[in-house]
Amino acid sequence: MAVRMKPGEQRKSDPFDPAQGRPEQRRKGDRTFRWITASCAAVVLVLIAGFFVRLTLSCRPSLAQFGWRFLISSDWDQVAEKFGALSSLYGTLVSTAIAMVIAVPLSLVIALFLVELAPPTLRRVTGSAIELLAAVPSIIFGMWGFFVFAPFMARHVEPALGKGLGFLPLFRGPPVGIGMLTAGIILALMILPFISAVMRDVFQMVPPVVKESAYGMGATTWEVTRKITMRYGVRGLVGACFLGLGRAVGETMAVAFVIGNNSDIHASLFAPGNTIASTLANEFSEANGDLYISALIELGLILFVVSFILQVFANLWLKSLTRSMGAGL
Amino acid sequence: MIHRPAAGRKLEDRLLKVISACAALLGILALAWILLVVIEKGATAINWDFFFHRTLPTGEAAGGVGNAIVGSALLVGLAIVIGVPLGMMAGVYLAEFGRDTQFGTAVRFSANVMMGIPSIIVGLFVYALLVKPMHMYSGWAGAVALAILMLPIIARTTEDMLQLVPNALRESALALGAPRWKVTFQVVFRAARVGLLTGLLLAVARVSGETAPLLFTCLNSPYWPTSLNGPVANLPVTIWDHAMSPYDDLVRIAWGASLLITVGVLVLNISSRLILRRSAHE
Repeated sequence: MAVRMKPGEQRKSDPFDPAQGRPEQRRKGDRTFRWITASCAAVVLVLIAGFFVRLTLSCRPSLAQFGWRFLISSDWDQVAEKFGALSSLYGTLVSTAIAMVIAVPLSLVIALFLVELAPPTLRRVTGSAIELLAAVPSIIFGMWGFFVFAPFMARHVEPALGKGLGFLPLFRGPPVGIGMLTAGIILALMILPFISAVMRDVFQMVPPVVKESAYGMGATTWEVTRKITMRYGVRGLVGACFLGLGRAVGETMAVAFVIGNNSDIHASLFAPGNTIASTLANEFSEANGDLYISALIELGLILFVVSFILQVFANLWLKSLTRSMGAGL
Repeated sequence: MIHRPAAGRKLEDRLLKVISACAALLGILALAWILLVVIEKGATAINWDFFFHRTLPTGEAAGGVGNAIVGSALLVGLAIVIGVPLGMMAGVYLAEFGRDTQFGTAVRFSANVMMGIPSIIVGLFVYALLVKPMHMYSGWAGAVALAILMLPIIARTTEDMLQLVPNALRESALALGAPRWKVTFQVVFRAARVGLLTGLLLAVARVSGETAPLLFTCLNSPYWPTSLNGPVANLPVTIWDHAMSPYDDLVRIAWGASLLITVGVLVLNISSRLILRRSAHE
């Protein structure tokens, strides 16, 4: 089995194995200690399994009522008690897609700037600013998005987009500022620090010798980046994107503020919509009736399964990468 | 080999440099814009009443968020009491016993996955687990949700920090005849205490701005917190409620609360970084 080794660490000789002929009492104490810590570690496993089991049990009424049609129905009618996940799924997909389209290239060039181009002082300042952006709570992004950024979008960005690209159905409609596009852009800002942090690590893992040989041949920075660094680290870059995707799918409060909470599906990105997480945040506390609540919990279950798969995939992907490149990520 | 003139390649390269500098500037500007807005709008709400009065409905003068500050401190404090010992012990297992066991690998992997699970799912889980069976939104449920969010963060940082402690230190303590738990708590923990502290600070920073899990578990309340067996006022949900109200005075208070949370979270973050950097220099 491959294990992560830190330099200078010796693994094989484990001199404190409690089984190695120690006084009886200490052996018992050590074994108890080991058991206590192991059961605390087991809590993590139990919780992950618990999420799945508890949520599945809690949405039984909705599962029984709607079955598989829940996934493809666009109804969301609290009065008639007809529920379907389609509009939330659509909104999650669209807002996440907008976020990825903006965040991935930006993160890539920011990581590049941090690793290859910036002088040390600038690198520290920029790096810290990007890290702090990751620390700002979701609800603060929401406040800023709702009161400042959405009006800015409505006044300046959306009219310009409508004028320039209005021949596409994506950019038609009244520029209200509250809608998919605004939510997607704010999401992009929120996931950007996570993606660029991983990408920066990937760039740093490329052995300097490989890059130096290319520079020695007379390649420019951009050529080295495109033909050496990015090719060498392509797996890591993809893994970084998946981590960002996992974040974007479940972001709640910022999106709940700016997406408009509307369960109709529109082609225009200016139109309000909803995502799974924003529907939960906006409607849960006012939901009454078992079926309504269990439909909301089923939405949550879908979100859990999706983000679980994304996280497992991203972690496995990056782990095999760490192993093959032989460095800590 | 295809010959390409140097001028075009250099121009391309220059262009990339400009673009990447612009992207980095964009990130900094976004942060600056958000912070400036929060400071500018939040500062108008900050006064004596803001800290020492409870949340009041609109129209009544002198509402504040005193109850939400106390409530948030209670919830986060309780989450620390629940989550930190559990997380640290899990981290001890990962670093001291489970470095290359199958169980250890499974736990480490699950903790990584759990850190990426949306916090709203944790809220929903605690709702289904505690709130619904007890027919009551409660501060306890809120604290449990926050503790669950802290657990994987604490476990992983504890593991990382304990792994940095050289094995020779453990070996010498064991050679003196100390039992394993004593070695862990009195030798290894002491050697890693700065790292453990930063991990704790980062975990607290991470959960103290969390809104979504509290929305389903402890709701909000306009009163001073007197018991955890019912909804408890807290800053994040107060921001959400006030911001969605159509009244200017409540929105102003929401901005004040936003400023409070932002400053708190950023101070925790920056100080943990400074602590870590200073200990690295020593």
